[in-house]
Amino acid sequence: MATTLKINGTSHQVDLPDDVPLLWVLRDEVGLTGTKFGCGVAACGACTVHIDGEAVRSCQVALSDVWGDVITIEGTGSPDSMAAIQQAWVDHQVAQCGYCQSGQIMQAAALLAENPSPSDTDIDDAMQGNLCRCGTYPRIRAAIHDAAAKLKEA
Amino acid sequence: MARIGKILRRTFLIGSAAIAGGVAFGVYYVNRPAPNPLKPGEGEAALNPFVLIDQNGVTLFAPRAEMGQGVKTTWAALIAEELDVDLDQITVLHGPAAAAYYNSALMGESLPNKGYDISDFQHNLGEALGVVGRALSLQVTGGSTSMKDGYERMREAGASARETLKLAAAERLGVDPTQLKTASGHVIAPNGDKIAYTELAADAATLEPVEAPLRDPSEWRYLGQSQPRLDMAEKATGTAEFGVDVRLPDMKFASVRMNPKLGGTMNGFDDSAAKTMPGVEKIVDLGNGVAVIANNTWLANQAVEAIDVDWGDAPYPPETDAIFASIAKAFDDSPNSTMRDDGDVDTLPEGATEITAEYQLPYLAHATMEPMNATALFTGTKLDLWCGNQAPTLIRMRVANVANLDTEAVEIHTTYLGGGFGRRGELDFGEIATKVAMTMPGTPVQTTWSREEDMRHDYYRPGALARMRGAIKDGKAVLIDGKVAAQSCTQQAVGRYTGLPAGGPDKVLVEGFFNQPYAVPNYRMSGHIAALDIPVGFWRSVGNSHNGFFHETFMDEMAHAAGRDPLEFRLELMQNEHAPSAGCLEAVREMSGWTGKTPGGVGRGVAFTYSFGTPVAQVIEVVDEDGTIRINKAWIACDMGLALDPENVKAQMFGGMMYGLSAACFGEITFSEGEVEQFNFPDYEAIRMHTAPQVEVRVLETNRHMGGAGEPGTPPSMPALGNALFDLTGERARSLPLINQFDILI
Repeated sequence: MATTLKINGTSHQVDLPDDVPLLWVLRDEVGLTGTKFGCGVAACGACTVHIDGEAVRSCQVALSDVWGDVITIEGTGSPDSMAAIQQAWVDHQVAQCGYCQSGQIMQAAALLAENPSPSDTDIDDAMQGNLCRCGTYPRIRAAIHDAAAKLKEA
Repeated sequence: MARIGKILRRTFLIGSAAIAGGVAFGVYYVNRPAPNPLKPGEGEAALNPFVLIDQNGVTLFAPRAEMGQGVKTTWAALIAEELDVDLDQITVLHGPAAAAYYNSALMGESLPNKGYDISDFQHNLGEALGVVGRALSLQVTGGSTSMKDGYERMREAGASARETLKLAAAERLGVDPTQLKTASGHVIAPNGDKIAYTELAADAATLEPVEAPLRDPSEWRYLGQSQPRLDMAEKATGTAEFGVDVRLPDMKFASVRMNPKLGGTMNGFDDSAAKTMPGVEKIVDLGNGVAVIANNTWLANQAVEAIDVDWGDAPYPPETDAIFASIAKAFDDSPNSTMRDDGDVDTLPEGATEITAEYQLPYLAHATMEPMNATALFTGTKLDLWCGNQAPTLIRMRVANVANLDTEAVEIHTTYLGGGFGRRGELDFGEIATKVAMTMPGTPVQTTWSREEDMRHDYYRPGALARMRGAIKDGKAVLIDGKVAAQSCTQQAVGRYTGLPAGGPDKVLVEGFFNQPYAVPNYRMSGHIAALDIPVGFWRSVGNSHNGFFHETFMDEMAHAAGRDPLEFRLELMQNEHAPSAGCLEAVREMSGWTGKTPGGVGRGVAFTYSFGTPVAQVIEVVDEDGTIRINKAWIACDMGLALDPENVKAQMFGGMMYGLSAACFGEITFSEGEVEQFNFPDYEAIRMHTAPQVEVRVLETNRHMGGAGEPGTPPSMPALGNALFDLTGERARSLPLINQFDILI
């Protein structure tokens, strides 16, 4: 039986077993590969997406349990029209290999939506589930502070 | 092939005899131009293997793996600097696997000199050895070589293309080429008229390429300054294509399980449960493992996990303790190399105090964020392989053999790499994907490893032991006698790549050990190779990753025994030996406000490693917070000789340090019943946002030769942290990971 998902504002009919994680629906069925597979056990944050605005690990949400509208990195902005948080990533030259950054950005976007002026401790608390093996953390932190400032000006 | 295998074996494990042979061989080959791999279509002109121009614009080829180190941007900048095109108006592609894209710097690194003290003659010899890399078509990204490799060649490619375009314009306009200028992708006529390169390319392609002198660095617009990375917007928007993101019409998805007793056989399997699981299309018997092809990666993985496999035993001792006992046995044999043997270490200088210490470091996984994967399409007569990889020509050779095709029938499509760190220089992920896809001719199949499969089937950084003996007198080190024992990843890799046995002195085993710029009169450093069949490979900074810890922890122990400040103790030995190295120590002393004293609850440690041509000093500060230790701050100084992109160098330096700190705090691969005991990130933690220190980096440029950037940040981080913990607690870290000994914030 097909399940209907609303992803980045578009409805998708998905014909896969109920227990397939949202991550693999997005990547292998819908073709949205910006959301990454890193560990499959919610230990790295590379698969972070928003469901009804909340940052979740899409590797842990079964297709039948998706409770609201899904926003992925592709729905957040595009190279020609970047969200403020993505522009901050570019301005601070954050990414190295870049594989974890979709998840980092989705986690950071959820943080800023909830807390427009995060302290370093707030950033530590919100971002510690997102692993980066290249060690880009100092620039991620700077980019989040910068995006917070720009969003307040806007 | 036999001769190439011999050269490979010799030059990887270089001895003086091999240098002569290598150069002679290379001279023969270097005079034969490698064929241009770019096959321009109608209206396109490939001016050389690195510059393609058509009506739509200019495309530059940067055939080095972009794994986060920024090579795509800086290689493009090298070409653009001479070609006179704007970086934001060009396309940069990786390009195919091709002999023309050989790495000219990799072989030079294998010379048995210390590096920091080389003469210009030896430097030139190293460059000459680069031709061996070409002769072997070694298109490899590794060894922190990309900038050394591309620095001249890419600028020459740009200059030659520019002058050839000018010649084409001169013929069209009927003027002398010297009257023409170039800017932003155009040739400018004496009267100010502009002709776009795109209009001239077809004419230029018919001309003999013009050689042109390189511009003086004072004229540079891009090099020496930081450029916005060309891959940044893609990576901030999820549009960058990694290997695992390749999507082709009608493709299938596969998951694999290989023997967790590494190198063991497969005695049989029962796939009756897996066969009927949802989405499953095919079960594949790989001989030494199984794979499932399905319509979804996760469904494929569920099914492959449901196969009941009878695995044969591993060809090495099944438990960690026995493995290290076997490594220790290597000390009983005569050393494989003694690349430093100064003075007389057998006699304790009169009045000197002897100090000894033993250290043990674990096996380590690379744990790239993107698990191993590759996508293959096999038609019977042709094979296409898409993957992030560090060695396109080697992987092409391997998968061609697997598919029983000529290498010309194999096309390698190199994507972005979700981390490399040495892991993606291996060939196994390409080979497995090829075998899987060959069972479904005409259908593209992507084979993705689970994180567990990736972590438990790595080519690990070898576990290593060191026995150190030293002597101090009048507050100075007067003797160091060090022995390191580990498996040789170089010998094993040569065997894997060529199928031939390898021998000779292994420089990689002792790098960071024998070649440190300290003036110690009696100084002997030896390497002992442990005979074990655990798969080992090149892990960011390779031998330096263990030797940096051994050398610099021992320096700290000697300084402490001498009652000296550990930074001043080092500086004194270095000052007259290598000024750029001393300059790095002086820089971190100043940056950190080093006084040699720390308040209660704070500890600081210093360490230094010269590796890949770059001296790096680091100071690390730890703080005790209610009994939990947090890494608070780090200061890094490196001397690049020439930093082509200083901000990118900074990113590589602190990134390399974080990679080292992850290993120092948490990294450990252990074995039980022949299987790796770590499965996923919860068992193999790393530095995260809340455990990462604040960091400040200073990039110096006084060294005589350009150094590497991707790896040298890693080695000194581990001893600097251990030394800081000693300063804080009085307890010496003689083994890693530190979490086994200290209450480190996790």
